[in-house]
Amino acid sequence: MKVGLFIPCYIDQFYPQVGIATLSLLEKLGCEVVYPQGQTCCGQPMANSGFEHLTGGCNELFVKNFADFDYIVSPSGSCTLHIKDHLHVHDKEDAATHIRQHIYELSEFLTDVLQVKHLSARFPHKVGIHQSCHGQRGLHLSQMTELVAAPYSKPEQLLQMVEGLELIELTRKDECCGFGGTFCVFEEAVSVKMGKDRIADHEKHGAEYITGNDVSCLMHLEGILKRQQSKVKVLHIAEILNAAF
Amino acid sequence: MEPTTAHKEHAELAADFNKDEARVDWHDETLWWVRQKRDKMAWSLPEWEDLRETASRIKFNVLGNLHDYLLEFEKNAQLNGATVHWAADAKEHNEIVLKLLKEQGVQRMVKSKSMLTEECHLNPFLAEHGIDVIDTDLGERIVQLAKEPPSHIVLPCIHKKKEEIGDLFHIHLGTPAGNADPKFLTAAARLHLRKEFIQSHVAITGVNFAVAETGEMVVCTNEGNADMGAHLADVHIACMGIEKIIPQRKHLGVFLRLLARSATGQPITTYSSHFRKPGAGRQLHIVLVDNGRSRQLGREEFRNSLKCIRCGACMNTCPVYRRSGGHSYHNAVAGPIGAILAPNLDMKENADLPFASTLCGSCSNVCPVKINIHEQLYQWRQVIVQEGYAKTSKKASMAMMNMVLSRPTVFKTAGGVGRWVMRHFPGVVNNGMNPWYKQRDMPEAPKESFADWYKKNKQ
Ligand code: SF4
Repeated sequence: MKVGLFIPCYIDQFYPQVGIATLSLLEKLGCEVVYPQGQTCCGQPMANSGFEHLTGGCNELFVKNFADFDYIVSPSGSCTLHIKDHLHVHDKEDAATHIRQHIYELSEFLTDVLQVKHLSARFPHKVGIHQSCHGQRGLHLSQMTELVAAPYSKPEQLLQMVEGLELIELTRKDECCGFGGTFCVFEEAVSVKMGKDRIADHEKHGAEYITGNDVSCLMHLEGILKRQQSKVKVLHIAEILNAAF
Repeated sequence: MEPTTAHKEHAELAADFNKDEARVDWHDETLWWVRQKRDKMAWSLPEWEDLRETASRIKFNVLGNLHDYLLEFEKNAQLNGATVHWAADAKEHNEIVLKLLKEQGVQRMVKSKSMLTEECHLNPFLAEHGIDVIDTDLGERIVQLAKEPPSHIVLPCIHKKKEEIGDLFHIHLGTPAGNADPKFLTAAARLHLRKEFIQSHVAITGVNFAVAETGEMVVCTNEGNADMGAHLADVHIACMGIEKIIPQRKHLGVFLRLLARSATGQPITTYSSHFRKPGAGRQLHIVLVDNGRSRQLGREEFRNSLKCIRCGACMNTCPVYRRSGGHSYHNAVAGPIGAILAPNLDMKENADLPFASTLCGSCSNVCPVKINIHEQLYQWRQVIVQEGYAKTSKKASMAMMNMVLSRPTVFKTAGGVGRWVMRHFPGVVNNGMNPWYKQRDMPEAPKESFADWYKKNKQ
């Protein structure tokens, strides 16, 4: 099984450790992983700002880099969803379709494709999951509180395999953190307020760490936590699933 | 040139609202409480998701055959003895109402809740012509006394605390200063409104559902004020958007079960009043208003917005609405649904609204008629940019982003330079000009990117 590793632009630049953890985890689980050089970004920041017409270059690049893999895996629900919903390239539509149908966010790849039942990870801490919206509501990584349907959660399922890890409950299980792409700068006031409230919910329930499937949300929360000089830290789910702390 | 608008934009209004954090917390908690009541009620029906699907399909049928259903409704309403008026836009709607009021020679009348008349700005229009409108929904009466527009379609004064309402009532209705007991204030409002009801010759109501098959209208209220107005007046004017039609009476069962549960977490609204025929010697007028609805119907990607039954659930669940307040949407209908309806009414004035969202998608999940609200927000962003309503600065930064991101070598260099600058001169990014940095720290810039690491360690 040939897996193409997609590391979104800001993870590449600011959170290389998340890329490293993702790669290491996939390799531990027996995948043949290749990171195509020359990848940049999924194009979402432009598309969500109304400039989808400018994403042609990103799309072509994406198809060029990832057309030849059985699966494409990324440690970001939001970028994965963007590709799934919006990747089109005029004269390479077959390749684009293959990618749209075979791109997975890391945790759903682990539960649904690899069907992981055991992990050799240890992380003896209290952890809260920030369920990012695009992963949850877009990729259906977990059940949504608005719907009347049976509960499930792919990230939770995985975190429960980690030795010593204690998952905390939240008052608002799936409230948005307010990152929202360029929303976080154009609507700074509301964005920060949402982030503060999200953090307060985790702190109230004794979280030592906030984890999630999207580095973007975690970066936003981390920025606020640091400013507040909070002891709570953020870690991407790959870092915990790969952990031997 | 930058497009200019007559009002502040959502981001700025929301930032103003956020200056009082305790108030934001209170607003957020209050609406979250309603959302939780809604959840409980939804979970009390195992068939909830089927009901939503059914409602969505009924409305889909209505929108596909609107022309026929409207004519069927008109015919049956006329057979019932009602007079049907058609208004192409807000102006025509207001003029029809004014003409009817002039015919009756009234200078004052009662009106129950109707978001359509808000959309058409009926009250100020009538005021200009010397006619007083008394809003009889308690929440609407309160904002009317405060000279403010409603901030929520179901809970018009949800932004007001009871103490503020006590003060308003003290000034306008003469209740004792400092009394903010909701029971007492409600009783005072009731006495005050009774007088208006008894003296009113004309009553305006909104319409929740208009049944094509029977030509009747259903109006849902918790206070019975629509009934009180319509039953005591000699002339009842019902104003409705043309999308309020449902085909048959039996479909009401679906919508009435969904509406109240989604709106306030009640199993059913206290009063679901059916109006079919005018009483002996009385008049019943129905004004059918388009005001951009046909245009929206013609826009493939936005037509579903016309399925809306105005339950307000998308506002209560919206994390942005809860923390920015209804007035920040500067439109009669606030929140997620308002943000997809408003650009249809005036794209330039409302170009900011589709951006006032994180696209989290909670609105679409909560919507009882399954409107794909967050997808439409995304679509509106594309349309607004294409139509030239994006700010020049945004256009420039997006073009730059495109330049960098579609060229891997440029991206690598820019990223490397960026991180180097952040590590060595953090002041360049950590300053007041950077909206990220205002209340958040920047991520630490690592020495090497993932790509650099990979090259070194894996190849
Ligand atoms: S869009 Fe849906 S949730 Fe929002 S008010 Fe309309 S019916 Fe209710």
